[in-house]
Amino acid sequence: MKVLSGLIAAAAVAGVATAASAGTLDDIKAKGFVQCGVSTGVAGFAFTDDKGNWQGFDPAVCQAVGAAIFGDPSKVKYTPTTGKTRFEALKSGEIDMLARNTTWTLSRDADLKLTFVGINYYDGQGFMVPKALGVKSAKELGGASVCIQTGTTTELNLAEYFRTNNMKYEPVPIETNAEGRQNYLAGRCDVYTTDASGLAATRGTFENPADHVLLPEIISKEPLGPLVRHGDDQWADIVRWTLNVLITAEELGVTAANADKMSTSSANPEVKRMLGTEGNTGEMLGLRPDWGLQALKAGGNYGEIFERFIGSKTPIGLERGLNAQWVNGGLIYSPPIR
Amino acid sequence: MTDTTETFAPGTHPDLPPPLGSRGIVKWMRENLFSSATNTVLTLLGAYLIYLAVPAFLDWFILDAVFDAGSRNECWERAGGACWSVVVVRFDQLMYGFYPEELRWRVDLAFLLLFVALAPVLFDKVPGRRYLAIFSIVYPVIAFFLLWGGMGLEPVESAKFGGFMLTVLIGVSGIIASLPLGIVLALGRRSELIVLRVVCICFIEFIRGVPLITLLFIASTLLNYFLPPGSNFDLLLRVLIMVTLFAAAYLAEVIRGGLQAIPKGQFEAAMSMGMSYWKMMGLIVLPQAMKISIPGIVNTFIGLYKDTTLVVIIGLLDPLGLSQSILADSKWQGLSTEIYIFIAIFFFLSCFSMSRYSIYLENKLHRGHKR
Amino acid sequence: MSAIEYQGPSFKLEDLWTDRRWRAISIQILALAGLFAFLAFIVNNTINNLSLLGVETGYGFLAEPSNYDINQTLIEYDSRSSHFRAAIVGLLNTGVVAIAGIIAATILGFTVGVLRLSGNWLISRIMYCYVEFTRNVPLLLQILLWYGIVVHSLPRPKNALEPLSGIFLSNRGFSVPAPVAEPAAWAIFIAFVIAIAAAIGFGQYAKRVQEATGKIYPVISIGLGLIVVLPVLTYFLSGQPISLDWPALRGFNFAGGMTVTPEFVALWFALSIYTASFISEIVRAGIQSVSHGQTEAAYSLGIKPSWTMRLVILPQALRVILPPLISQYLNLTKNSSLAIAVGYMDVVATIGGISLNQTGRALECMSIVLATYLTISLVISTIMNWYNKRVALVER
Repeated sequence: MKVLSGLIAAAAVAGVATAASAGTLDDIKAKGFVQCGVSTGVAGFAFTDDKGNWQGFDPAVCQAVGAAIFGDPSKVKYTPTTGKTRFEALKSGEIDMLARNTTWTLSRDADLKLTFVGINYYDGQGFMVPKALGVKSAKELGGASVCIQTGTTTELNLAEYFRTNNMKYEPVPIETNAEGRQNYLAGRCDVYTTDASGLAATRGTFENPADHVLLPEIISKEPLGPLVRHGDDQWADIVRWTLNVLITAEELGVTAANADKMSTSSANPEVKRMLGTEGNTGEMLGLRPDWGLQALKAGGNYGEIFERFIGSKTPIGLERGLNAQWVNGGLIYSPPIR
Repeated sequence: MTDTTETFAPGTHPDLPPPLGSRGIVKWMRENLFSSATNTVLTLLGAYLIYLAVPAFLDWFILDAVFDAGSRNECWERAGGACWSVVVVRFDQLMYGFYPEELRWRVDLAFLLLFVALAPVLFDKVPGRRYLAIFSIVYPVIAFFLLWGGMGLEPVESAKFGGFMLTVLIGVSGIIASLPLGIVLALGRRSELIVLRVVCICFIEFIRGVPLITLLFIASTLLNYFLPPGSNFDLLLRVLIMVTLFAAAYLAEVIRGGLQAIPKGQFEAAMSMGMSYWKMMGLIVLPQAMKISIPGIVNTFIGLYKDTTLVVIIGLLDPLGLSQSILADSKWQGLSTEIYIFIAIFFFLSCFSMSRYSIYLENKLHRGHKR
Repeated sequence: MSAIEYQGPSFKLEDLWTDRRWRAISIQILALAGLFAFLAFIVNNTINNLSLLGVETGYGFLAEPSNYDINQTLIEYDSRSSHFRAAIVGLLNTGVVAIAGIIAATILGFTVGVLRLSGNWLISRIMYCYVEFTRNVPLLLQILLWYGIVVHSLPRPKNALEPLSGIFLSNRGFSVPAPVAEPAAWAIFIAFVIAIAAAIGFGQYAKRVQEATGKIYPVISIGLGLIVVLPVLTYFLSGQPISLDWPALRGFNFAGGMTVTPEFVALWFALSIYTASFISEIVRAGIQSVSHGQTEAAYSLGIKPSWTMRLVILPQALRVILPPLISQYLNLTKNSSLAIAVGYMDVVATIGGISLNQTGRALECMSIVLATYLTISLVISTIMNWYNKRVALVER
């Protein structure tokens, strides 16, 4: 026993000595791609196309980061994660960043040691029920069976909501959105609860979306955003400011189509700083000078990404609502790029 | 009347055929189906069960089934049986996962060559067995380059592997790698060197004591804690290692059983001939022990092969994993039975043929001892 | 006597490798050193990684509220209970499905095993098909198949099937009447315990009598009779203190009675049907292993067939059957961890799943899960080894 504890102590000493390892950015440059964790599939937010490539509102952030580093949005590899595996994957270094409808909370910051770099979707937890049940309010759900994704904040909100309202329920735990959808349609549960955006996305894939209603109660705040692990601030900055570029670009009217032209012709210095034709933002972050331009050209600005994957013209049909630019009365707001 | 009567001298009458009740099908039915009151009841019950189940199943399975519809609803409008269209449409995906379409010939080739490589191992009457055996030894290398690319072939990353291809890949590599490891562990467990023995016992009992999915979960998430910071290797490789270790521990116990069945005299005779430990084991003991253990070894292999389905829990896209994504497609949702039955048939065919082979091998090896 | 020239124990360095005795020691020392180096490497890396991530470790989180609900709880539990309690709930759920599975698999397995040996061609063929089909298809697939059947084929609670009055089958599970005990019910429990004790005592007595005189009492029927009659009698004498709570559709789901979830049903069916096919093969092999001469010898002594089976064949067959049977029980218990595929809340799904995820204590939670299964396995295999030693035929 003594031998073993001696060895452990020796190992601990050795550990301090080698703790300083290369930064995430150097690792990524060395391996040639960004490893990005995404969800296993939520219509519009993350899905594979026919060729098996990941697309959607969340992978778009990864593509922008890949483009900012390498100038090529395809230099990203994806790891599908469930609600259960996502944090372990990030913490253990299997993925470099996680862009998967993940809620920013205090304990995830402070206890799980993760860094949320921003918010790309303001969401809240809602309930979906079949119209035929005749339920008008979540307060009438006492005794219902509720499908709930395990390992998510929605699971905790749900327990809290039902407890504070003195109602009983049967939780039906599921792993993925696809599973939840199947169980809900088969009638294994009366109610499906997750982020309202996810509910809308799921309902959009039903044969008869009109047969299902979202209840008016939104029981939580769910600010969703990309995240990285603690300990590498440079890498966190890169992801954070790539996201901010996408948001700022929409505010300033820069799109994937006009970015090249704007980078030289724009009279606005912030546009030029953002696109790398003025100042040295790239150097500060340890990236190429035109990182902003490349990130933007990967999939367009925030508004373009939103409209392409989940906006009102897609089957998902989400309104901008809270996710409109601050100048239009929403909450999407980027700090200045200077 | 009388003129048809032949007369025979006593003892010369030719044998009459047995009475109707004790020959042919009637006799067989009497003996095998209606030999007693209980048996008659059982037979009738069984026949009734078959009458209930088989026609209904056949109707659903093939007669009323739809093979070429575009969606679930189209299926259900046309007939009430199984909707095999989902399997037809997604067949390629179920076979290869997301392996690039234009490169799938490499998978097919690797699969075909697998049988060429297996032939000399499995059967001893193959023409040119000696040359084929050389091929069997280099086959893993060939298969590796065919599947992953390299040496002039376009590389394919293992994240794109999926479907039955993944099942066969994990199953076959696990089987090949776990056998030598299992033998070493079994010898270690029976070793006189106490340290080796204790280490082997601990390892075997640990692996056998926990469910495979917890090991796979460790491989997929916790392994990175145990490796030097920043190191990262392929998830598929990690799974392969875990599956191999798992099967090796079970194999070790099977082989240990075989070793224990070898009479002490064999060891003593070998040692008195002055054989070294490895000669004794390799030439005298192991060949006999392995022969005894064959049924157990094949059963372990079948178990390993079936256990490959568990990789779906850590997110690899084996057929079960793909079925989840297929069922999430609104065109096909709710057709779980069809997809699962299709996958079940695949597993049944491969596992059943493995168990048949083990029976064949047992018979072949026991030929000399049959009385 | 010609003296053999004795050479003193001279030790050369190469003896460490060439001398048999020394070699054994040096191999072991090398192995030990390698093992410790490997362990140190792992521990070192883990500590490094944890300090790099700044993750705190420790089991303190077990006392904190879990904040999630579980749908099948055998002990009192709500979202304010601790993670530790959630682990216990999960462990009990594992236990329930394992025990229910073991009972069903044993009954089914023995039946099929005996029927496969029956002279009835049709029945033995049917059983053969059953065995080959179930054991050659992965268990996970069978669990999913059963779950699909329960959830997709059974009607919703409103149109639940009612095969017997008070029993409802729907895709929310099977609802059956539940016994409700009043205070006086303890009398029945005591009567039950007394009955079992009496039955065991009678069995011992009958055995002594049989060994002394050869007279055989009907132990099984008298024992079972005691166990049934005594509690039933007490039930009526103490004024029927147990009543039934009938399930009824109230709102969304069945309330009252006892409801087993579809997850449990799917897992239980799949586990028992799958394991039963292995058990049936074990039973068949066990019975066949008893040589036919034993039967013939018993007959020639004038022992009647049913007694031959009970007194001659089965005791010998059991020696062969029991060890693999128990390892099948162990397999079933370990396989119950596949519960996670259908969302049955066993120990892997609670402490190793939701708790792990909500607290991020991966190493701690997984170590608890591993320790749980290891304990179960080691306890059972210790018992099995002890039993094996007791019944093994003593040879050279």
